[in-house]
Amino acid sequence: MDTQDEYQVDLGNLMAFDPFHHFTSIPSSREELVADCLSKGTELVQAIVSGIFNLPSTEDIDGPLVKLPPPTTKLPREKPLPKPKPPTRWEEFAKAKGIRNRKKDKVVWDEQTGSWKRRYGYDRVNDDADIPIIEAKMTDEPGVDPFAKRIAERKERVQKQQKNQLQNLKTAAKAGALPSHVQLAATALPITGTQAAKKKFTKDELGNVAGLASTATASGGKFDKKLRGEKPVKNQGKHRKFLPVVEGSGIGSQEKEQTERVLSKLISSNSHEILNVDKAVTMYNVNKERKRRNQYGKPSSTRNEHGKSSSTRNEHGKSSSTPSKLKPNNKPMKAKGLPNKGKGSFSNKGKGSFSDKGKGSFSKKGKAK
Amino acid sequence: MLKVKTPKNRRVQRELEKRAPRLVEKGKKTLLLQGTKTSNVLNTVLSEIYHLKRDNAIRYTRKNDSIRPFESGGETSLEFFSMKTDCSIFVFGSTSKKRPDNLVIGRTYDHHIYDLIEVGVENFKQMDSFTYDKKLAPQAGSKPFIVFSGEAFESVDELKHLKEVLLELLRGEVVDNLNLAGLGRVYVCTAISSNRVFLTHCALRLKKSGTTVPRIELVEIGPSMDFVVRRHRLPNESLRKEAMKTAKDKTHKKIKNVSKDALQGKLGKIYVPDQKLGEMVLPDKSKGVKRERREAKKKNSTNEPASKKQKEDS
Repeated sequence: MDTQDEYQVDLGNLMAFDPFHHFTSIPSSREELVADCLSKGTELVQAIVSGIFNLPSTEDIDGPLVKLPPPTTKLPREKPLPKPKPPTRWEEFAKAKGIRNRKKDKVVWDEQTGSWKRRYGYDRVNDDADIPIIEAKMTDEPGVDPFAKRIAERKERVQKQQKNQLQNLKTAAKAGALPSHVQLAATALPITGTQAAKKKFTKDELGNVAGLASTATASGGKFDKKLRGEKPVKNQGKHRKFLPVVEGSGIGSQEKEQTERVLSKLISSNSHEILNVDKAVTMYNVNKERKRRNQYGKPSSTRNEHGKSSSTRNEHGKSSSTPSKLKPNNKPMKAKGLPNKGKGSFSNKGKGSFSDKGKGSFSKKGKAK
Repeated sequence: MLKVKTPKNRRVQRELEKRAPRLVEKGKKTLLLQGTKTSNVLNTVLSEIYHLKRDNAIRYTRKNDSIRPFESGGETSLEFFSMKTDCSIFVFGSTSKKRPDNLVIGRTYDHHIYDLIEVGVENFKQMDSFTYDKKLAPQAGSKPFIVFSGEAFESVDELKHLKEVLLELLRGEVVDNLNLAGLGRVYVCTAISSNRVFLTHCALRLKKSGTTVPRIELVEIGPSMDFVVRRHRLPNESLRKEAMKTAKDKTHKKIKNVSKDALQGKLGKIYVPDQKLGEMVLPDKSKGVKRERREAKKKNSTNEPASKKQKEDS
């Protein structure tokens, strides 16, 4: 009793532990240390032995047998606890209906042969091969072999049973309670533990991977032999194409058109804010003014001719290639923020001196505001 | 479509059933293996541990260059070996300049690393260097005693861990019945300092003491060594919780009509069926006593002579 209190003894593991032992002075030599440890060990073993030899024992040929208590030291498991097997479809049904299992005899009296035969398996009762005659019925269809029909029916029953079994195994596998010796062929190694079944690839995923693999050659799969029935590669990666930026006709202009299309699309979404009626009026006035000046200012025609190419082209650029919405874009922004100033600057810079009318209208507007 | 695969023969099925998880486990198998570099000392340590645990241990003798248990990614092949051999404790030996004579003892749960402890081996003395009476040599596969002493086993975290791992490594199979004649060896573990443990293997000499309990003497038979604790890794809390689950005692059925009382102790209720006196069988069974007969006699008494006469006639 005294030792039990002093030491922690686990009889199930034949283990004893002295949590209070410490060396009063650390032994100088190895021999002393070992001797110390052994003497302490002897005490502890004595404690276990006295525990074991006091247990009730039964005499055996080899020696006295003792029933050990279960180990008390808590140690981790090596594998997870086995999960309970879910009931099969039949078990569920039987429980709902209150059907209880009855034991059946393994052998049954066979009237055809007049002997005892197995219920199932080799040389069983009511075997297909043993039936010499099947009596014809009124419902029989002519031209159908009743023997073949009987065999076919049995095969069907067997198949149905196999299908049901597989279904039950699947549910068991889902619950993680598949019998250890059974393996569903799609799952991983039949080794224990909780291993998730390998993920099945979908048809699309497989197609994608196959496509990638077939184009993973130097020529991008261009010269590879196609298999019979091989479908064209799905989801082939996009090759980006860039249009030439150099201006020109044909392809050269496509790049410009492309960007313009994008821009106009962007701008048109908030075009209602862009169209500034005042400005449009001014521009119209300015243009009109210029035309008139050109008509009047004949003497300066040579100079005009000189700069004609550039100016006309500019005008063309404004009217034709740049959409009308595009141009006013940057300026109305300014105009919006500071209406008076923006308009003033515009008039000052360019053609303010010519447009008296316009100026007047602006100032009016400003006052009104 | 899934296909049901079952073993083709009984031997394979038995083998698979052995590996299946069970409610109450019976001890773990040990895998002993080494890294790319080992020393002479480590080789003997590993082979002697294998020798002592021959009944449920597997020894790999090839070099393993991809095993580094403490590093991430270095445990994959270890986990694979654990799965392949169905071992749940491994002892991995390697030596390097930084960590000479290094042993990593670890456990696995569900074939994944559960915990690890790294010890250095010092002052190793192999079995052959001990001289003792060979009659004392213990039988192979006998269940050993394990003895721990030292307060450091409780106060120091690393040693507490080491104690648990050593217990599991050395204890052998968990048994229900023990043959007392087969007891013959002890592992003695003593904590010398806060990171040093002395481990030795001894034989038992049982001596008469005059009572049923014999007197014990220990004879050192080796191997003996010092373990210096280096690194250790405890299991994470959730994993530990899961691994510590035990089967609730399903065999423990509720016993009817028995209750416990603090004062009176164990109480039992006994059911005595009603005594049906009317149906009781009387001991006297002679024909004359039976009621029907008596009544029949009375009835027939008037006709009797006539019938008798008739009988006589015929």
